[in-house]
Amino acid sequence: MQSIMKLRQVRKAYTTGTVTFEALRGINLMVNRGEFIAVVGPSGSGKSTLMNIMGCLDIPTSGEYRFENQLVNSLSPNQLADIRNRKVGFVFQAFNLLPYATTYENVEIPLLFAKVSGRKRKQRITELLARLGLADKAANKPTELSGGEMQRVAIARALANEPDVILADEPTGNLDSASGAEIVNIFRELWQSGKTVIVISHDVSIAEHAERIVRLKDGLIETNGDLSREQPASGTDNQSLS
Amino acid sequence: MQFSTIYNIFIRDFRKQKKRLTLTLLALGWGTISIMLLLAFGEGIHRQMHINQKGMGEGIAILWGGQTQIPFKGLGKGRPIRLHAEDPQFIKSRVPDIKYITGEYHRWGARVKYKDVVLSEHVSGNAPEFEQMRNFIPDRGGRMINALDVKLRRRVTFLGDQLKVRLFGDEDPIGKRIQVHGVPFTVIGVMIPKMQMSSYSGMDEDMLSIPNTTFKAVFGDPWLDNIVYQPYNINDMENVERQIYEAMGAKYKFDPKDERALGIWDYAESSREFNNMMTGIKLFLGIIGGLTLLIAGVGVANIMYVSIKERTREIGIKMAVGARKSYVLTQFLIEALIITFGGGFGGMAISYVMTEGFKRIPIESDVLEFMGRPTVSLEIGLIVVTILGIMGLLSGLFPAMKAASVNPVESLRYE
Repeated sequence: MQSIMKLRQVRKAYTTGTVTFEALRGINLMVNRGEFIAVVGPSGSGKSTLMNIMGCLDIPTSGEYRFENQLVNSLSPNQLADIRNRKVGFVFQAFNLLPYATTYENVEIPLLFAKVSGRKRKQRITELLARLGLADKAANKPTELSGGEMQRVAIARALANEPDVILADEPTGNLDSASGAEIVNIFRELWQSGKTVIVISHDVSIAEHAERIVRLKDGLIETNGDLSREQPASGTDNQSLS
Repeated sequence: MQFSTIYNIFIRDFRKQKKRLTLTLLALGWGTISIMLLLAFGEGIHRQMHINQKGMGEGIAILWGGQTQIPFKGLGKGRPIRLHAEDPQFIKSRVPDIKYITGEYHRWGARVKYKDVVLSEHVSGNAPEFEQMRNFIPDRGGRMINALDVKLRRRVTFLGDQLKVRLFGDEDPIGKRIQVHGVPFTVIGVMIPKMQMSSYSGMDEDMLSIPNTTFKAVFGDPWLDNIVYQPYNINDMENVERQIYEAMGAKYKFDPKDERALGIWDYAESSREFNNMMTGIKLFLGIIGGLTLLIAGVGVANIMYVSIKERTREIGIKMAVGARKSYVLTQFLIEALIITFGGGFGGMAISYVMTEGFKRIPIESDVLEFMGRPTVSLEIGLIVVTILGIMGLLSGLFPAMKAASVNPVESLRYE
């Protein structure tokens, strides 16, 4: 299988005043195209930091991160923005929709940044909203939507430019169990349609669907493998990269 | 991003911070009004002064006889140089760049009589060219001295408008006979009133003009008091001046470099100096207005900073879905420009209405003859729009740079 993301000895440190906190302390990880990975771990273990780096929202303090064989450390802010725009779709726990914009407009934003023509934008958005069961909510603002609907809008937005990778940070954390299950199903469908799906979650039901579970602790990968089989997946452990 | 989206964000922000934005727009309007009005008054004064200045004539020079200061070809210094009746023609033949030239005589305290009214007035012997050069424009029903009057030494006279009132009151003077220096003259015209700011021989409104040939015959003056000339091109003034010195120096035997041999008042040069002075005044007024406007600009920057703080999360979201820094920068710059021009154009409209209103107030006063009426010119409009544009960009730039430098990860965490 072809790898899409490669992290080698990735460290990320945050400095507040004189105190330096290392959120990631040397992560080695390889993600193959079309995988469904769940990243789990206690809070403060570096899950979100890892996701930010994998999604090119942030760059590592040291170590090497390659996205589609491109060394991310050396990319310009504009190149990073373009990767976030076209190659990666983010789904957040807090939805992060623009409050003043309608469902339609929220989904339109990444398409605008990608300079997609008006006719194509309309076609794409209509298609996405239909697929996510939001066709009748196009003109509603986020405040008029339920949590599950908001998260579906966020997923539609993440899918707008047909990215290869979907990164989700606790996507069901703010949802009731029924809506959560609905979202999990969507991720599963996306994975089945060939997308690479990486989900950070405490939610056991998501972890159950994942092919591989990466468990973080104190900024390091504790276990990395198929939970159901309870053995390390070959080619993706620490040694295989070094 | 589409303009409509930016507009929507702007409207939403407007609702959120109505009071702050309204105050900022007011400050901008006020700043714009002050700069517009100050510039408009400056322009009004300039235009009025320009009209007043043109009263004596435009692009002309006055030439007087003088006294030599440099010994020349065996002749000592201190020799008087006097102007003769044929000198204007002589100069014109030697200096082809001159368009109009004519000699002038003056007599102050000449006895002027009409019926029972006897006055002691200033008589000028001049020629038809004064109509063009010195703005001796005849009022309806009359005319200025013409070439035939000069040729035939006719006893005709052209009156200054104030002198006409003193001599005739409300009566129509055209065709009436008056006595000048005991000689009967026919009134052929009255000058239309004009504002005159400079003079070399009294105000034109108080003067009585007769043909210079007639003057010489009646008063017997041997020499011209002065010559008035106008070159084709105002930029040739200095060149013409030098050629006159050379021609007259050859004729009257003085050194062409002897500046005291002839006196020349380059009125065009005075106009230029005056224009420079007026530009200085306008600049000063503009700076005062500009500073007022600048304070409003600080207000715009302030509101933009607050707006960025409130929208940190929104900036983060957009960056997460692929917004480049340049987009964030442009968005905030455009918003600053919308606010600036919103207030600015409001202020401009109000100032325009105010100046137009001021123009329509029917007051006649001597003050207005010097101050003129405030005028909003296209130039002023462009200046103010430019200042607003620069200010909008500057007051938006720093907040926008701050917004663009937002770290997407931190801004997504921002509540």
